Amino acid sequence: MTRAALFRSALFVLVVALLEILCRVGIIDKLTMQPPHRIVIDLWRILASGSLNAAIAKTLGNAATAFVLAMVVGVASGVVLHRLKLVRETLDPLFATYYAIPIFAFYPLLIILFGLGDAPQILIGFMLGVVAVIVNTLNGLDRVPRTLMKTARIARMGPVATVWSISLPYAAPYILTGAKLAVAYSLIGIIGAEFIMSRGGMGYEISFAYNNFDNATMYPLILLILLVSITINMLLARWEKRLMIRRGQR
Amino acid sequence: MNGAGKAAWLNALRLVVVILAAWQLLYWSVGDVALRSPLATMAFLGKLVSTGPFWAHLGETSRAFAGALLFAIVIGLSVGFLLGLNRFANEVLEPVLVAVYSIPKITLYPILLLMFGLGMSAKVAFGALHGVIPIALFTINAVRNVRPVLIKSARTMGLGPLATVREILLPAALPEIFTGIRIGFALTLIGTLLAEMFASQRGLGFLLMNAIGLHNVDLIMALTFILVAFAATVSSILLFLDRRLHSRA
Repeated sequence: MTRAALFRSALFVLVVALLEILCRVGIIDKLTMQPPHRIVIDLWRILASGSLNAAIAKTLGNAATAFVLAMVVGVASGVVLHRLKLVRETLDPLFATYYAIPIFAFYPLLIILFGLGDAPQILIGFMLGVVAVIVNTLNGLDRVPRTLMKTARIARMGPVATVWSISLPYAAPYILTGAKLAVAYSLIGIIGAEFIMSRGGMGYEISFAYNNFDNATMYPLILLILLVSITINMLLARWEKRLMIRRGQR
Repeated sequence: MNGAGKAAWLNALRLVVVILAAWQLLYWSVGDVALRSPLATMAFLGKLVSTGPFWAHLGETSRAFAGALLFAIVIGLSVGFLLGLNRFANEVLEPVLVAVYSIPKITLYPILLLMFGLGMSAKVAFGALHGVIPIALFTINAVRNVRPVLIKSARTMGLGPLATVREILLPAALPEIFTGIRIGFALTLIGTLLAEMFASQRGLGFLLMNAIGLHNVDLIMALTFILVAFAATVSSILLFLDRRLHSRA
């Protein structure tokens, strides 16, 4: 471990210990926060009892659906837009400001359109992720060297074969950057939508516990969501770094 | 106006036409149950802005957003300069900022509500939480990328740390910092709205959630339009300024 990582861990332990002490002495009262050791014990209890397994499965399943949709639609749109210059130029201002738009504001409209099932949540996760995938796919396709395209033409490859066996593999590291963002965004979208209004899932359980002053459920679930999303993001970042190093791009 | 500027305007105009056409087509295929046409939305919007309560909610959201943005910028810049100038502290803390950046921050909102109580301060804190990290991360990067020769000359000329920040670092790092603030602006707005949509008694986010219960499609369409149009317009302007700052540097 590097010295910085060591310091980071020490800092983390210090903060947790400080929270524990503040809770024990009563400076932070019980209604505001449970002491950290209690949160961990409660989380273990909840996971062992399996009472929230359905909610956890629902959230992760919906996030996975949103992610897969964003990847398939995003990469496909990227490939198509790369060929249609005029359409791409028209959509460019949209892509540039897309992440400034509060996508969650569309949630009420989606509920009216599709009812309060899984669809509006998946769509929010999809809408948050898809543009990151499109933009990164376009970015990758722009960098395919001309010699490779010329080679494809000499080998008499059709447009589909060229995209499938030359452009997309070359653009893969950039698409992976998009995928990394799409994973984070689909989780944010699903959990955020569940929080605002839904009938199930981890976000719903947290907001339900909050409304019932049930800190013994709320804090463990918050911890669980943080652990899951940080773990996923760290694994993806590590994988991306390895891929980049292998390609000699970093 | 030069050629490139004209082309950009033309593009934006074409995009607006495409979006309006798509909206109208969607309306024709879905019908009145769940959507309104662009024209009907504008008509309702015209009526909406002449009512008193609307302005009260808009004022509430604006105040929360302005407060959140102020905190995000002040804290973001301070953290950014501190970490940007201190290599080791940055190595320790930057991964933490990056990790917090990518988590669903809405999960932290109940904690803020318990800390601050339901109301303005929780909204401001949650909005600021969204905006502060991109501003800090971009400022760190900006400060670290300032050419060392500039900082060395400042030291040779005997400038104090505050004067160095003001006279050297800020001007040199401004384009990057502006990019951070542009993104921070957008995320703060998103955070403030999320806070209002989840738990609030006032504000446009509250009005939007309330409209679901009343099945008031007119109101939902009008509010969604205002929010999206505002966010898109302001960030287009910020993006334009951003590109100009970068091309000059």
